[in-house]
Amino acid sequence: MKPDDSLHYALADATFRAYREAVIRLPPDVLRAIEMAAAAETNPVARGEFANILKNIEIAERLGVPMCQDTGVPVVYLTVPPDVPFTQSLYDSVAEGVRRATQEVPLRPNVVDPLTRHNSNDNTGRGMPAIHVRPGAKFTVTVLPKGAGAENMSRTAMLLPSRKDQIETFVVETVYLAGSRPCPPLVIGLGIGSTFDGAAALAKEALLEPLDTMTEYEQQILAAVNRLGIGVMGLGGDTTALAVKVKTAGCHTASLPVAVNIQCWANRHVTLEVKQ
Amino acid sequence: MTGPVRLTTPLGDEVLRLRAGDRVELSGIVYTARDEAHLRMQKDGIPFKPEGAVIYHCGPVIGNGKVIAAGPTTSARMNEMEGFLIDKGVRGLIGKGGMGATVRNQLKGKGVYFAFTGGCAALASSHMTLKGVFYEDLGMAEAVWEIELDRLPLVVGIDSEGGDIFDAARKQAEAEFGKYR
Repeated sequence: MKPDDSLHYALADATFRAYREAVIRLPPDVLRAIEMAAAAETNPVARGEFANILKNIEIAERLGVPMCQDTGVPVVYLTVPPDVPFTQSLYDSVAEGVRRATQEVPLRPNVVDPLTRHNSNDNTGRGMPAIHVRPGAKFTVTVLPKGAGAENMSRTAMLLPSRKDQIETFVVETVYLAGSRPCPPLVIGLGIGSTFDGAAALAKEALLEPLDTMTEYEQQILAAVNRLGIGVMGLGGDTTALAVKVKTAGCHTASLPVAVNIQCWANRHVTLEVKQ
Repeated sequence: MTGPVRLTTPLGDEVLRLRAGDRVELSGIVYTARDEAHLRMQKDGIPFKPEGAVIYHCGPVIGNGKVIAAGPTTSARMNEMEGFLIDKGVRGLIGKGGMGATVRNQLKGKGVYFAFTGGCAALASSHMTLKGVFYEDLGMAEAVWEIELDRLPLVVGIDSEGGDIFDAARKQAEAEFGKYR
């Protein structure tokens, strides 16, 4: 279904522009985090890898091409103000924007049926784009293209409520098991609380948080992860992760749900206001 | 720190002098090959001269006769598939994430594994010119693309004497995580 009025056209257009921007240009806080880690890195091989990453970011921006060939699957967050009706048309408009981005950026068609593995060739499918809607003061769309290399290394666990210390262990274990595969240096989204599924949603939303500031707890987990010494691309060095971001929510007194969403250095996301 | 070693394919005995951790700028022809291309080459033959050749683990995006995006794919998927190529004279493999002990042993006295930075698709294509294609029926990602490199910046991940910086990093991580157990 094509968006049939100006509001839905505007949402489709904003989704398209946010997707294009997200795959070409990193958010300023992510770029700063990479630059700071590169400057602090002492391992000569890792310094060379950082130089390649920074050069790649510059070339992608200059030529207006995707920074990585895995342009991900579309994860989309909407904030909807009181005057915008919450209907199926919102979902259809976002899907229309994703189809247009796939054609025009272009994006790699990544979305397939999970069992037949049939590729839709337009990056949409049942329940995809993954759309999360919240009320808000402004009408905004956020596109977070999620690549498979890092997403595949993500894990969730129901820990013992009496063993909060196991949260750090679980994060370090997840990064250890992932090794070089998720293309470190990583950004680590950590969801704590809510329910089994809610923890995973929190972990992904944590990736949208600014990387410039970290709490003492986040810094403590980051230091533990970096002691692993996996390094940029698994070649060794000081920087296995750039940041850890935690999001929490209330949970059952008998539960401690924890989820780790792994993200490569290309922590791509863009938020645009939908102007009617 | 000394500058990168400049090499041009086809590679010869000069690769035996490389050590894990050396930076290299590689020029000349390389051939992309992922899982399906390896299977096809085992079955129907290697469609290029393998002596001194370099294989790139990559499923590129090709458009209008050009390499649009060509970052490396995870090499470990090909861990048990490189023997026949190295036996026929292939001297170099390029990919990301390193390879297993099988390949490390197969490369001894013969060739090296180069790491190229994961995700750096735009950087890669800026050093590439498309020259040809074999087994195009495998699809864009799995076909064997013949690509000319102009000083692609690489690092030696595994050398011809069994030196392996991925393995060294893995062992450190293992020791560090062991403290939690």
